[in-house]
Amino acid sequence: MERYSRHMVLDEVGPQGQQKLSLAKVLVVGAGGLGCPVLQYLAASGIGSLGIIDFDVVETSNLQRQVLFGTQSLGMNKALAAKERLLDLNPTITVVAYPEKLTSANILTIAKEYEIIVDGSDNFATRYLINDAAVLLGLPVVYGSIYKFEGQVSVFNYQNGPSYRCLFPTPPKQDSVPNCSEVGVLGVLTGIIGTLQANEVLKIVLDLGTSLSGKLLCYNSKTNVFTQLTIPRIPAEIEKVKSDTLQENEEAVFCSNNSLEISAKNALEMKEVVFLDVREPHERPKIQHPNAMHIPLRELEHHLQTIPSEKTIACFCQSGIRSITAVQLLQKNNISKCYSIQGGVFELTKVL
Amino acid sequence: MKLHIKYFGLLTEITHCEEETIVFTGKTISDLLEQLFEKYPSLQGKDFQVAQNNQVTPRGETVSSNEIALLPPFSGG
Repeated sequence: MERYSRHMVLDEVGPQGQQKLSLAKVLVVGAGGLGCPVLQYLAASGIGSLGIIDFDVVETSNLQRQVLFGTQSLGMNKALAAKERLLDLNPTITVVAYPEKLTSANILTIAKEYEIIVDGSDNFATRYLINDAAVLLGLPVVYGSIYKFEGQVSVFNYQNGPSYRCLFPTPPKQDSVPNCSEVGVLGVLTGIIGTLQANEVLKIVLDLGTSLSGKLLCYNSKTNVFTQLTIPRIPAEIEKVKSDTLQENEEAVFCSNNSLEISAKNALEMKEVVFLDVREPHERPKIQHPNAMHIPLRELEHHLQTIPSEKTIACFCQSGIRSITAVQLLQKNNISKCYSIQGGVFELTKVL
Repeated sequence: MKLHIKYFGLLTEITHCEEETIVFTGKTISDLLEQLFEKYPSLQGKDFQVAQNNQVTPRGETVSSNEIALLPPFSGG
């Protein structure tokens, strides 16, 4: 095929390698700074089946580094906008968009359709969730993460190698690691790290060279120094993931400073918490709690003064999606102690 | 012994350098960290792993290489 002629002439790829690529199924978590270059190169290379999961929408501040999107994509869901762009780039492949948040409730169902997971997420909660699901499903994870001018790349859970928890067994303390929106990132860095991740995916599919399994590649864009650190496999960390449920682990990982979410159980244990129902009046079940309030999301903006901002506000809706929007709205209006209850009213009624 | 220490990510904002050489008189990685915490008190509250000779190493291990790296987790994407 003309499209892959530059692959065909490589002895290491050739028609057989291209066939492997066309049969490969790769799930990319996050269509952001890392996900965009990963997806771009995997699609162009002819990875036959690509999944993209991202609940977020394209904003102007994303365009500095999220190269799949243009001004026409503003306001669109990232997974859907990326799919549109990728099918233009390569209509011969299959792209499935999941315009939703990755949680312990959906990750196993989605990920079991794929052979490799690429971690292009932007928070620790998702990174630990991906690790744990990959351990349970026996899938390799091509990991990448960035901080300002530095990046890390590795391959976890591959060929009996270490997992992310073998490197960092427990999530960092809340608020201890700032995220991109707080500290900034040089746009090109995500391109470099994401492209390194795409390279690892292609190597795994083609069984080519030496993967970064058991190694953490650290890159400093200011000094151009690459450092490779050896990561030991810690069987106890892997066994622990297998013995706990994803949900227990996800709750334990409620740590990320940019996570707006909280588990229902943790919310209930907070002091001076007010449960704010942001659903429409007709939605059921109603909850029974002395500190419950009800303001539908569409009216929230006009009733901000009624919110006891000195207390912790735990917003909930039916499934935990609208409540994230509610939290973002409250935070924009300087009501900072607020969270969205993961899984919505269903999870909340289980613990009340 | 003299140790060459590399700092990554946000740790460099505490140490104000990406690498330095220090004189170490203790035995284990934990001893080394105590020495570094005295020099940089804010380092104590941070999450990071320690590598020696480019191998991620538990804190109870003896310092046996001159090359040390302090590596925090990154979350950005």
